Amino acid sequence: MSKLALKTFTLLQTVTSVGLSALAWVVTGVRPIWNGSLPSDRQRIYFANHTSHGDFILLSACLSEKERAITHAVAAGEYWGKSRLRRFIAEDMLSSVLINRQWTKPEENPIEIMLSVLDQGHSLILFPEGTRNMTEEPLLAFRSGLYNLSMARPEVELIPCWIENMSRVLPKGQFLPVPLLCRVVFGAPVTVAPGEERRAFLDRAHATLLALNPRPERDD
Amino acid sequence: MRHDISILIIGLFAVLTTASIVAAILSARAPKPLSSTLVNLTQRINAWWVMVALMTVAFFFGRYGLTILFALISFASLREFVTLTHTRRSDHWVLLGMFGIIIPFQYWLVWTAWYGLFVIFIPVYCFLLMPAITALHGDTERFLERIAAQQWAVMISVYCVSHVPALLTLEVPGFEGRNLLLIAFLIIVVQGSDVLQYIFGKLFGKHRFSPTVSPSKTWEGLIGGLVSASLLGALLSFVTPFSPLQAACVAFVACSMGFLGGLVASAIKRDQGVKDWGHLIEGHGGMMDRTDSLIFAAPIFFHIVRYFWTV
Repeated sequence: MSKLALKTFTLLQTVTSVGLSALAWVVTGVRPIWNGSLPSDRQRIYFANHTSHGDFILLSACLSEKERAITHAVAAGEYWGKSRLRRFIAEDMLSSVLINRQWTKPEENPIEIMLSVLDQGHSLILFPEGTRNMTEEPLLAFRSGLYNLSMARPEVELIPCWIENMSRVLPKGQFLPVPLLCRVVFGAPVTVAPGEERRAFLDRAHATLLALNPRPERDD
Repeated sequence: MRHDISILIIGLFAVLTTASIVAAILSARAPKPLSSTLVNLTQRINAWWVMVALMTVAFFFGRYGLTILFALISFASLREFVTLTHTRRSDHWVLLGMFGIIIPFQYWLVWTAWYGLFVIFIPVYCFLLMPAITALHGDTERFLERIAAQQWAVMISVYCVSHVPALLTLEVPGFEGRNLLLIAFLIIVVQGSDVLQYIFGKLFGKHRFSPTVSPSKTWEGLIGGLVSASLLGALLSFVTPFSPLQAACVAFVACSMGFLGGLVASAIKRDQGVKDWGHLIEGHGGMMDRTDSLIFAAPIFFHIVRYFWTV
């Protein structure tokens, strides 16, 4: 890529990220609650509950401009890679990392793709439920990615993040958001204990995230 | 009128400067680390600086500035109110309509001074049509609770708040072109009464007014606040169409309503299990924590002025 193109590209990403954060604030007045961890530019995997397309915008709006520049949301390639426009929005404007859940070729291996991003020193936003939660359950069971990433790169902090109210702001099948106040609760880092089994760790991470919900009785 | 507004603004800046100096002296003398009351006091005063600055800018832009400012206050209040209530997926379109149609339309009615529709649009048309839309969606789960909360949300956050800029549409003989001062008078006495109740309560408060609703409200704070705010009203009568005695009486009624507004807001928060409405204003909580008194005072003040002072 030429120098000018690269500059334009970086500018586009900055404008998009500042614009979306401002929009998130106007609609939801989003505010981070640091409950067990603190803002830091060290390498992290932020893992959060997922109910709406707006989730990662809300989460990244809570990060500093500097952290946001090196933090990438992991998104579904089946959806965001479908057309050129979607791919442009996801990869170029939002600098997301696209992974395919139904992968066949070795270069499509989601774990390898995510690890290659981590190896550049960047952070990730991960939704371990694997899909948007459209059920009455507050949080679906976790897929294995979180465990695999932590085993492969134990030095990266895993921060649980509970995103509040987004399912009410943008319910299933709607595209216009209702302005409601949202908070993102950042909890204490989770680590895989020595000898801990995959499922046991995932269930523990699941319970830790669920316990961050400040108003569990509101989820309906 | 510019002269009167300038006097009011200079007065407010003098009061805030004094407050900031007093808070700084108290903080310097107090043992470290500072008590939460002192930290909160400083935060509150700083927030007042921002709020007074915003008001000043809005007054500078006159009718445009105030109508837009109060539409935004309605937006922030409604957002806080709806966040606290029980909503369901099927409420989505009604909720969108509250923000996207009711707020702009109500403030458009204020702007065009269409009094007849301004007073009935929400209590008649929205009151009947909103539950109708909810019923058409077919979701009857906690139906009455949902439609009641939606109705209350728009009445409180939109209808009541819109009575503040609506003061600009009143035609008081001999007071033409000076209606901005009515808004300044209302805001200063009602918010002043809140501050004075807080100060009297902190200094002399012993007997709780209503322990089950709000532990911070005391009889001493209430009486001290209302009496001093009424005196403040009399002092400010030079910017109003009222005589000093009339100004004191109007201020007393407005501030009493303001007190009741705070009490009702506390009861709602207690019922919903929260301490503050939101987190918009550092040290104060949400927008509704600051506007609850104005919300109850504005419609009554509006109708008192309209009934007794317009032709």
